Amino acid sequence: MIIESQHKSAIELDNLSIHFGSDESLVKAVDQVSFNVPEQQSFGLVGESGSGKSTILRALAGLNQHNDGNMFVEGEALQSKRDKAFYKKVQMVFQDPYASLHPRHTIDKILAEPLAIHGFKDSERRIAQVMEQVALPSKFRFRYPHQLSGGQRQRVAIARALILEPKILLLDEPTSALDVSIQAEILNLLNRLREELSLTYLLVSHDLAVVSYMCEQVAVMQHGKLVELLQVNSKGETHAKHPYTIQLNLASKGYDRKVIEEFIDHE
Amino acid sequence: MSHSNSSKNTLLEIENLNVTFSSVHGPIQAVRNLSFKMGHEKIAIVGESGSGKSQTGRAILGLSEGNVSADKLIFDGVDLQSLSTRDYREIRGKRISMIMQDPKYSLNPVMTVGKQMIEACRIQMKVSKKEAIKRCMDMLEAVRIRNPQRVFNTYPHEVSGGMGQRIMIAMMLLSSPDLLIADEPTSALDVTVQLQVLAIMDDLVKERGMGLILVSHDLPLVASFCDRILVMYAGQIVEEIEASKLNEAQHPYTRGLLSCLPNNAIKGQPLATLQRQDSWLDEVPNRQEQDKNAQESLV
Ligand SMILES: Nc1ncnc2c1ncn2[C@@H]1O[C@H](COP(=O)(O)OP(=O)(O)OP(=O)(O)O)[C@@H](O)[C@H]1O
Ligand SMILES: Nc1ncnc2c1ncn2[C@@H]1O[C@H](COP(=O)(O)OP(=O)(O)OP(=O)(O)O)[C@@H](O)[C@H]1O
Ligand SMILES: [Mg+2]
Ligand SMILES: [Mg+2]
Repeated sequence: MIIESQHKSAIELDNLSIHFGSDESLVKAVDQVSFNVPEQQSFGLVGESGSGKSTILRALAGLNQHNDGNMFVEGEALQSKRDKAFYKKVQMVFQDPYASLHPRHTIDKILAEPLAIHGFKDSERRIAQVMEQVALPSKFRFRYPHQLSGGQRQRVAIARALILEPKILLLDEPTSALDVSIQAEILNLLNRLREELSLTYLLVSHDLAVVSYMCEQVAVMQHGKLVELLQVNSKGETHAKHPYTIQLNLASKGYDRKVIEEFIDHE
Repeated sequence: MSHSNSSKNTLLEIENLNVTFSSVHGPIQAVRNLSFKMGHEKIAIVGESGSGKSQTGRAILGLSEGNVSADKLIFDGVDLQSLSTRDYREIRGKRISMIMQDPKYSLNPVMTVGKQMIEACRIQMKVSKKEAIKRCMDMLEAVRIRNPQRVFNTYPHEVSGGMGQRIMIAMMLLSSPDLLIADEPTSALDVTVQLQVLAIMDDLVKERGMGLILVSHDLPLVASFCDRILVMYAGQIVEEIEASKLNEAQHPYTRGLLSCLPNNAIKGQPLATLQRQDSWLDEVPNRQEQDKNAQESLV
């Protein structure tokens, strides 16, 4: 008999590998990565630029094929094609708010589209509600993305992901383009929604302060590999042992020329 | 205000810069009566989203889509407002460079990274193709791209967010500009690479006398890296402060921004958010008063 563990997994990666290119240009973007995100947890993914964080999120969202290993969402193995029901459950906020919003669609249209695809009737109410949730004034509703500032655009991207009320949010640097005041509002919003709607987050960020504040666990990545899995205690502290993680912690203390000279490229 | 020796001679002088957009709801004032002077130093512009940071940068570069006016817009003795389109283009790229906030958006999606870099390099510096390739490779290495050869042959959608940002930085530094406007240049980089990239810019300021305007949301970072910080709110500079003294900022807006940081927050408790006040806009002293205050702080 299999006894189900108390915390069911929202997301499980089992030896996931994703490669691009071949021969000399082969990139092991994700190299045998396994981790487990319990339901209703907020799980952080930090690490080197180019270490495969976005690739993992994209693979979960069905935007990348994987070479090896398995992915499970709410216990179900993901097949190569995702159906409509999947996207009501799992939504993603992309790292690049410029590329992910259609340049010739108004904010209204951008937000109405997922509602139409999924057959929601009360789109008027939902659009107004979600814009309020992400603190976008209603006067922006009929503007185009290029008429908004960077932060305003990212709020549109977050609003679009929230509008279907998904259970799992894949958040790729959701606040790195935002100023600290909007960041605080969005992080508070994400925390409130997680509580109210029992959401699960997989959150990529390079800001260690954001991750310690938001997450219960953090995976540290480098060169496609998961090098350390950290538990974050209630004070927001972690106990890093891996040299790369220790270097990240040092670097997040600010610009210090002496510290920088001592960085090692962990090649 | 503290100025190092090299920063004494003025590189850029802006007086009463205004940028407006017309809209069906009436004019949008993206930048209002903005004035500052800078030398060969590192200036940060911080402020909330929509406060006009990028529009200020674009106006200096003559790339704003809005209506730009200023009493003075002078770069190294050149009156930028009197330049012909052709002369402006000449200065842009060669003497003033801007790293745009949206890195991948500024790259051509159907051309390999290498080809774009070589093209930019040859236009700016009139060097042979072989020389251009070498310079581009060196610059990619300088911004800590691990495998420049591979990146050279990729298309923009094949690089990660942080790699895209570093490619843009490399491209803008190729011509060793006199003034670099960097709009959120490192927001997608992991913290170690972020510092390494800033160190490159720091060297250019110290060794070649470049002026740097760094637009950033990262208050602790600019406090540790820059010389001075300009705080913008609703298109205006509401406070100017020595970077190392950011924690002593007086303006309620600056104090509000600092209190929003998650760095000292208690897990499980909401972060402080900003309560904006209309009165902040009226408090801004005009240029003469600012000069007077600056004068007084010198004695
Ligand atoms: N479509 C693609 N074709 C080829 N290589 C790719 C593709 N997508 C990603 N890669 C490569 O995979 C690696 C991991 O990229 P990924 O975007 O996952 O990094 P990341 O950890 O999100 O980095 P960043 O923090 O800079 O965003 C990089 O070397 C990148 O160049
Ligand atoms: N093309 C445009 N048409 C109309 N309004 C615009 C246009 N471009 C910018 N704006 C407005 O001008 C104001 C200043 O924009 P700007 O891009 O300078 O902000 P920012 O300080 O750089 O913000 P962020 O930190 O979010 O990038 C914003 O309110 C923005 O909506
Ligand atoms: Mg990424
Ligand atoms: Mg901007």
